[in-house]
Amino acid sequence: MLGLNKKDATLLGVVAVLVIFAPFILNPFPADSAMAQFNAGYPDLMQRFVIFGIFAVGFNLLFGLTGYLSFGHAAFLGVGSYSAVWMFKLLSMNVIPAILLSMVIAGLFALLIGFISLRRTGIYFSILTLAFAEMSFRLAYSVLTPITNGETGLQLTLEDPRILGQTATENGGIPVTNLFGLEMRSTEVLNLGGWTFQFNNGYYMAGALLLVAFYISIRIFRSPFGMMLRAVKSNQQRMNYTGLNTKPYTLAAFVISGMYAGLAGGLMASMDPLAGAERMQWTASGEVVLMTILGGAGTLIGPVLGAGFIKYFENIFSKINEAVLHSWFHALPDGLENAIVWVLEHFVGSGWHLTLGLLFMLVVTFLPGGLVEGGQRLGRLFGRKKDAEEKTATQSTPAE
Amino acid sequence: MTNKLTRRGLLKTGAVGGAGLALPTIFTTGAHAFTNEPSGGTVTLGFNVPQSGPYADEGADELRAYMLAVEHLNGEGDGGMLNTFSSKVLEGNGILGKKVEYVTGDTQTKSDAARASAKSMIEKDGAIMITGGSSSGVAVAVQSLCQEAGVIFMAGLTHSNDTTGKDKKANGFRHFFNAYMSGAALAPVLAKTYGTDRKAYHLTADYTWGWTQEESIVAATEALGWETVQTVKTPLSATDFSSYITPVLQTDADVLILNHYGGNMVNSLTNAVQFGLREKVVNGKNFEIVVPLFSRLMARGAGENVKGILGSTNWHWSLQDEGSQAFVKSFGTKYGFPPSQAAHTCYVQTLLYADAVARAGSFNPCAVGEALEGFEFDGMGNGPTLYRAEDHQCFKDVLVVRGKENPTSEFDLLEVVEVTPVGQVTYAPDHPMFAGGALGSCNPGA
Repeated sequence: MLGLNKKDATLLGVVAVLVIFAPFILNPFPADSAMAQFNAGYPDLMQRFVIFGIFAVGFNLLFGLTGYLSFGHAAFLGVGSYSAVWMFKLLSMNVIPAILLSMVIAGLFALLIGFISLRRTGIYFSILTLAFAEMSFRLAYSVLTPITNGETGLQLTLEDPRILGQTATENGGIPVTNLFGLEMRSTEVLNLGGWTFQFNNGYYMAGALLLVAFYISIRIFRSPFGMMLRAVKSNQQRMNYTGLNTKPYTLAAFVISGMYAGLAGGLMASMDPLAGAERMQWTASGEVVLMTILGGAGTLIGPVLGAGFIKYFENIFSKINEAVLHSWFHALPDGLENAIVWVLEHFVGSGWHLTLGLLFMLVVTFLPGGLVEGGQRLGRLFGRKKDAEEKTATQSTPAE
Repeated sequence: MTNKLTRRGLLKTGAVGGAGLALPTIFTTGAHAFTNEPSGGTVTLGFNVPQSGPYADEGADELRAYMLAVEHLNGEGDGGMLNTFSSKVLEGNGILGKKVEYVTGDTQTKSDAARASAKSMIEKDGAIMITGGSSSGVAVAVQSLCQEAGVIFMAGLTHSNDTTGKDKKANGFRHFFNAYMSGAALAPVLAKTYGTDRKAYHLTADYTWGWTQEESIVAATEALGWETVQTVKTPLSATDFSSYITPVLQTDADVLILNHYGGNMVNSLTNAVQFGLREKVVNGKNFEIVVPLFSRLMARGAGENVKGILGSTNWHWSLQDEGSQAFVKSFGTKYGFPPSQAAHTCYVQTLLYADAVARAGSFNPCAVGEALEGFEFDGMGNGPTLYRAEDHQCFKDVLVVRGKENPTSEFDLLEVVEVTPVGQVTYAPDHPMFAGGALGSCNPGA
């Protein structure tokens, strides 16, 4: 099907089902129960899941296949966001031109940075990309303020021209982003008993693009081009000695990966038309590295899982505050309750980084192949088939 | 035995039956008149404050004030400013009889994170109003989000002219004063204390607040005859300002103006004092440092270094009016120390919102906005105050303060030099520093 073998088609099918039914899957608890705290099925977070999924899938095309560890990928995401918002300001609120432009600009930007950075390999390549990203961040944050609006972030105003659309709506508001009239922010709500499920247009558009992005990524993984990239990873020197020029291949991978990041940036701006400089900061670049490694670098589904995992922690755990903890443990004796809350509050709320750090440490130590390896082990443990078949195309060379 | 109840059959029947029962409820949700209309006996407010980053201290204090305000609205505690507030519609039974609940989030002092956090409050927790923030960049970003989503935004500590200037929104309201007011209040005192022929060097936090404060102070001081030697922008995330202080020594500037707030100001002032700027004599005059926006939390962070330094502030706990005293008393009883100006403005904003809902008789953002526009009140610690309808900015007296030479306690760090009357800091809604934006029309969402 679609030029995929049975196994890959199944994988794509699984991802498609997950994306389509995410509003149900992510909302397992009734809306007014105590566990509703852990529901993740609201539009903003679901959008983040798929958008960062795309970002991580793209990053994995570079890192997973060629082994080149870019520490500056957030720059392309930021450039994509800025391009998209400018498109909303100047042209129209339709997301299609915005997303196309963000991919093109991010691709060109990646071509430039890749051309210079790919002259070096290993740690020097990482440092170069980091330097470029940090430069982009500083430029966006301060020097290029007329274009980027500095720290405040680029926003839409009531005075933007929007030559193909309307400057302001009839009742004096800023028009909203749409896909040929279909508003990105509008949400259908389905109440089933105690459960509330939200179906958001923007989410489903981003989800459809994730499926396309994922499909292209599978095709690249299975193509001769992908094979060449893997050869670069295993021994670039030997390739060079045989007379092969690997640079066009790595550069192409870098640009494709940058365009994925641009797509993610454009989508972020389409869901919420604002672009801030902090999207380009090195911490944002580090985040996508974490996502990929946590999920399983070099695997197809790993980066998507990693992205979901980190975004879940960032948005759900960071909102558990002291009052919530007290309400969980109020049945316990006072002294014990306070002691437990005192310990736990360092791991939730603003301390969620600590929890994430610990989990990351555990995953890297015990599951070097990331969450995918965890899944495979579980599969072997409980699977009906013998593990002879488990030899997959995914491989788990630890990150350098 | 043909009609056996199988597991598969049971599941099928259950699924079909469930779907049939659920069908009528699918289309029942379009009935809301506005975003997150409260149903049931509770109403949820969203408190979005910085819990990490350079403004984390302010954020923590804001959160304390919010929790106190919720207590008072629900009729717990001693009622605080509800007893001194000139409007008497709040009865301590929640808002319109609905018990007030709240959710909290971390803005990280980043626009993106703040918007994500506010969005999850609106989409997931059903918050009807978002308030908080300790940075103008964040306030502007969240304000425009609330405008789009159709909920009210009650700005916390935000001092940039843009919040109620070029970035003002119909759904956003600000109680805190702004950079223009600081300049208008501070400049006469500066002229009186330091003379009218000074040369000023500005260090400015590089974002909307810093820019507008620099603009306001430069305009106000130059009108008095001061000269501006140079203005330098510093990144908000900076923690060491030595490299920005050294160049000051090479100019003939005799006043350093720090357009910094929170952790930034604590660090830059400490660096400036370490470099011996305050002992310096330039042009035959003592070198002076001015911090246009001052707060007690910053004064505590900077310790000894704030002594004698002039600045302006929205409110100070040592004020002797009834409202301030009631607030300081209930805050002090609950937490053991006096509130900061950030806590004060957040507390007041929550009460003002609740009062507007009660007066309007509805949670609809448009009705609430109408009730707040042109609202005149007293008893909230700043004297008679007006919520101006044209730009949703509060107009009230501004305090000029100085770091105390002989503090009597760790909280008694600032002394009020002058209370600038509201008339002196009022400006026209179309003043050039505030021009270029439009409120638009209120958006009830849904």
